[in-house]
Amino acid sequence: MIRIENLHKSYPIGKDSLHVLKGLDLHIKEGEFVSIMGSSGSGKSTLLNIVGLLDSHDEGNYFLNGELIENLNEKKAAILRNKFLGFVFQSFNLISYKTALENVALPLYYKGVGRKERAEIALSYLEKVGLKDWAHHLPSELSGGQKQRVAIARALVTKPKVVLADEPTGALDSTTTDSVMDLLKEINDEGMTVFVITHEEEVAEQTNRIVRLKDGVIISDEYTLKAKAV
Amino acid sequence: MFDLDRWREIFQSISKNKLRSALSGFTVAFAILLFTLLFGIGNGLQNTFKNEFAKDAINSIYIFANRTTKAYKGNQIGRRIQFKNDDFEFIKEKYSDKIQMISPRLQRGATVVYKTEEDNYTIRGVYPRYDLLESAEVTEGRFLNIRDINKKSKVVVIGRMVEKDLFGQISAYGKLLNIGGIMYKVIGVFSDPGGDSDERFIYTPFTTMQQIYGNNDHIDEFGMTYDPKLSVDEAITFSNQMHRALKKKHEVDPNDQRGIRVNNYAEGNKNVSSMMVVLGILILIIGSGTLIAGVVGISNIMVYIVKERTKELGIRKAVGATPKSIISMIMLEAVFITALSGYFGLMLGVGILELAGPTLKKYFILNPGVSTPVVVGATITLILAGVIAGYLPAKKAANIKPIVALRAD
Repeated sequence: MIRIENLHKSYPIGKDSLHVLKGLDLHIKEGEFVSIMGSSGSGKSTLLNIVGLLDSHDEGNYFLNGELIENLNEKKAAILRNKFLGFVFQSFNLISYKTALENVALPLYYKGVGRKERAEIALSYLEKVGLKDWAHHLPSELSGGQKQRVAIARALVTKPKVVLADEPTGALDSTTTDSVMDLLKEINDEGMTVFVITHEEEVAEQTNRIVRLKDGVIISDEYTLKAKAV
Repeated sequence: MFDLDRWREIFQSISKNKLRSALSGFTVAFAILLFTLLFGIGNGLQNTFKNEFAKDAINSIYIFANRTTKAYKGNQIGRRIQFKNDDFEFIKEKYSDKIQMISPRLQRGATVVYKTEEDNYTIRGVYPRYDLLESAEVTEGRFLNIRDINKKSKVVVIGRMVEKDLFGQISAYGKLLNIGGIMYKVIGVFSDPGGDSDERFIYTPFTTMQQIYGNNDHIDEFGMTYDPKLSVDEAITFSNQMHRALKKKHEVDPNDQRGIRVNNYAEGNKNVSSMMVVLGILILIIGSGTLIAGVVGISNIMVYIVKERTKELGIRKAVGATPKSIISMIMLEAVFITALSGYFGLMLGVGILELAGPTLKKYFILNPGVSTPVVVGATITLILAGVIAGYLPAKKAANIKPIVALRAD
């Protein structure tokens, strides 16, 4: 599903450039539940942004669903994102003036799905994350955990191949963290590839595979006990 | 293509962000309002000038005959000069390329009776298109035509005040008037910017008048308008030439100031027209200044709006919005708001001018108003400004990497 070969990325800082990713190799198969661990500055967010087509890489190859990603223009990236990827962000990133339902339906709008169908699909996904009764509430009327579940519903609504979650529990307390992780697990059980970035051990432990990053290189890549148990 | 879904997105964005929408709407509405008011008042001033100094056609020339004040070529002093029909032919033929219209004129006072109402009015025998000379406007029926002249019809075109005096509330059109014992049919009614006294004239075919009063070929005066393409100086040269030719024809001393008089309005209007040009330029400067202020205002707001929406645009991009869809969304929203509020400002301005119009008359501002093309042009300018001002930041925002946009708070 995701194959990365010798990936490099650096950011210009003034005259110098900061080498963030120093030749990563990673292969994530379809249906995996992977977490990327690392302290801040380890390059994990950069990796997610590149995988999520939100940013471009400098060197190396990146295959998404078997397709080599190169020379992407914004339009092509937008189409691929809409087709293959669903995003969950730490800060939820819901549009504040849209209701939960409208937020979830937004990717479908850009996919060109009709209005009525959009609402139906979006509602079914809200039901899946347990927020059907909150469909017509604005994000400001929802709790943090609820917002993140709306964001997950939005990530799922286009039936992507991969869900990318950037510190999905970073802004949540431990109980809601568990419920959000349970939800991601559930999604993974249904066969979707889930890619989580976190710096919390407890979160990473709930995934099937942990990739540890340090200073732009992978220092370990192992399956968790949970995965072995399955 | 009209895409209902896209407009739904836009309407939601407008209505859910009231402050933002109101702010940009207000700027445009205010700019158009000011523009309308200033332009309207400027036009009102110009109207006053036109009215005060150019009641008749500004390109008109009148020729009068009088008694000579100098003996010349064996003719005695104090001889009365009388124009005749051959003078009409003479001028018409000699200066056909410089004359827009010319009419001989006979003028007599007469008692005019309609049923039980009667009063004294000035009757003028003239040719068709004489209305051009007086800047008169036929409000009902028609003015005299060449058939009336040829047939010496007993028809009249009466001024608005004549109709008001004699007919009261009813329409004079088609009624018969008794003028000096002869019945004339009213074929038209006119209004004249020259005011009440100019609206108390009665026009009848020149030939009819010539036959009834005197039965000779005498002409009192001539009125004409010169080709508007002539410049003021050319027009003055032309009337001087004509003046000399007529003096020669009637054996009047070239230095005689009274025997034949040619009154060219171009001379008097020269200053007025240059003043109107200055006033026009002034209005233009004020108007465009207001517009520029509006353009700057809307540009600022568009830049601010796009900046404020950067994060939202980033989210939209993350879920699959293409740069094109982002740009068109912002553009359509901007155009919609500016068009709507521009229209609102225009209506408000026109309304205020309408209401304040009568009061402003005291301050030499007459019929303030703006022509539709001017205002539509102004609104389009503002919309275009909104589009351009919105396009650049929107394009920037659309091409910004979503991850950068999402980071913005």
